[in-house]
Amino acid sequence: MVSFLARRLTLAIPVLLGILFVTFALSRLLPGDPCRSALGEHATDEICDAFNERYGLNDSIPEQFRIYINDVLHGDLGDSIRFGRPVDELMVERLPVTVELSFYAMLFAVLVGIPLGMVSAYYHNSAADVGTMIGANIGVSMPVFWLGLMLSYVFGVALKDTPLWLPPSGRLTAGVSIQPFYEAWGWNVNPDTLTFSGFLANINTLNAVLVGDWAGLRDALKHMILPAIALGTIPLAIIARMTRSSLLEVLGMNYVRTARAKGVRESQVVLKHAFRNAMLPVVTIIGLSLGSLLSGAVLTETIFGLSGVGRILYDSITGRDYTVVQAFTLIIAVIFVFINLIVDTLYAYLDPRIRLE
Amino acid sequence: MTDKNDNNGTSSVMQAADNSPLLQVSDLRTYFFTREGTVKAVDGVSFTVRKGEVRGIVGESGCGKSMTAMSILRLIDKPGRIVSGEVLFKGQNLRKMSRREMTAIRGKHISVIFQEPRSSLNPVFKVGNQLVEVLRIHKGGKRKAQREEAVELLREVGIPDPGRRISNYPHEMSGGMAQRVMIAMGMACAPDLLIADEPTTALDVTIQAQVLDLIRQLRDDHRMAVILITHDMGIVAEMADIVTVMYAGASVEEAETEALFENPLHPYTQGLIASIPVMGEVKERLDVIPGTVPDLIDMPPGCRFAPRCRARVEHGLTQCEIEEPHMIEAEPGHSVRCWLYEGEKTS
Repeated sequence: MVSFLARRLTLAIPVLLGILFVTFALSRLLPGDPCRSALGEHATDEICDAFNERYGLNDSIPEQFRIYINDVLHGDLGDSIRFGRPVDELMVERLPVTVELSFYAMLFAVLVGIPLGMVSAYYHNSAADVGTMIGANIGVSMPVFWLGLMLSYVFGVALKDTPLWLPPSGRLTAGVSIQPFYEAWGWNVNPDTLTFSGFLANINTLNAVLVGDWAGLRDALKHMILPAIALGTIPLAIIARMTRSSLLEVLGMNYVRTARAKGVRESQVVLKHAFRNAMLPVVTIIGLSLGSLLSGAVLTETIFGLSGVGRILYDSITGRDYTVVQAFTLIIAVIFVFINLIVDTLYAYLDPRIRLE
Repeated sequence: MTDKNDNNGTSSVMQAADNSPLLQVSDLRTYFFTREGTVKAVDGVSFTVRKGEVRGIVGESGCGKSMTAMSILRLIDKPGRIVSGEVLFKGQNLRKMSRREMTAIRGKHISVIFQEPRSSLNPVFKVGNQLVEVLRIHKGGKRKAQREEAVELLREVGIPDPGRRISNYPHEMSGGMAQRVMIAMGMACAPDLLIADEPTTALDVTIQAQVLDLIRQLRDDHRMAVILITHDMGIVAEMADIVTVMYAGASVEEAETEALFENPLHPYTQGLIASIPVMGEVKERLDVIPGTVPDLIDMPPGCRFAPRCRARVEHGLTQCEIEEPHMIEAEPGHSVRCWLYEGEKTS
């Protein structure tokens, strides 16, 4: 298993280098002028020359790439042109929002999608199956922005003043704040420099658990429900359908018949013998969806007033904020690679035949 | 070998004399209700199995042999359903048992080994765990003791170095080894009845012989009964004490093995036996039965074999295509479902 992991990690290095190159190249290929995007259309040539000089944009492209690689390898992601702040600061602010949102969306999708798919497969062609699959088709075809707006309208507006009310936007109720865990634990850290603690502290629900602030946790979770449902519905439907078809196939396998013939109880036949085999393709889908959730939650973040990765990426692309685009693309790519690594590891755990190859 | 066989033959006959049948299947019918129509996979099969006896069930692919076995264990998947008949095991009707009672029978009193040993083992669990699972379900006891018992079982079925093999996954084993594991699983609880569903079809000829020997030896050691399902007349001749020949979902002939091979009554059985290639005999073509098995949805109204039957034409029988013949005892201990003999009796 260790050599398996080492091999996968080594394979990730060329992938990451490739990503560095592609994001750099793509952002340079974008038409438009970073100076005028940042300073406005009426910026004079002199001002722009000074601006370009300051951000190193006058250097040749290969030279820019050399400097960029050098900086990245030294852990320096540069400063944002538009915000005038170090990119890693922005990352500590924005990334946790998206990570948290993606996590709960995926949790919702998995916890609901897999059981639905299983019921559907086991009672296939029954009313429950047909109903679930119709629901899944609706789920897949529902635009996120529409679902998000409907959810926030129904639960945030129409049900106001009822116990079912849920906050339609933001991460915490105004006035509520959760003390960062490193402060509570008396760690002597400067939040501007220690980015990893800052990152963890900014994942509200995790931070609330770490400091034991249950009221804060409740509040943070409440804010997560609607965006997580909006974002998780499509993956849920995909997972449900994948689980169904995969389990349906596995239930017809010879070893399932063997398990029954051995006298294994029906629940165990499904949950133990069939489930593990059926999960292989589902795990792949979960990994892929999680990756796309991390980068593609722009609509959900916009509707629910969350300032996460999706929004800053969108703003940075339109504003030609090269450093931010490169840095966030890179970090998303890194996360993607790691999710894939986890998926591969899970694969090897689930199916012993893969370990040998 | 012959010596051993003879001994078994006599002892099983003696057993039969003072024992009521272990398993009694009467007029079993299992239909599959598909959109295209009702597939009568098993349509009127009756036989009994006595303690220590090897009952062969033989017939072409798709004649309902396996479905008969699955019906006994009530392992028929939708859209299939056992529509009628009785399956008495030790006097209890398996069809009337609750699901829970049935689960307790499977693997403990009646166990099965299947045709494709490697795909019949779950690829994601070690063979040892799959073996221990049977012990855990039906016997209980301590984990460590179960493991030791599993090693012992693997040793008994002739797996070399069982202590190490127990940690193998199915894909790390050859087909023959996997089938031995399946047999070990089938034997784990010393069942009264072992159903072997084409146990050697997917194996090499040399391995086939070993596996058959193993089954025979285990039968002798544990005095269990075996239902041996196969399409291979050679295996039947070698293994079975008594044989049921099936055609298109129904049993057409039943006799003790020797009698069947010496004097096959049903035209279908005659065809089957004639189609066995004989060593040293050179033929232009092997004998074949003309035509194909009828569509199980759209069965001919009379005898199912009538469209392919040469004897019918030779004897000028007309009844065959109108009315289904009945299973009658044409000779003592030798039953057949054919108008050729029913006609004799009635006229």
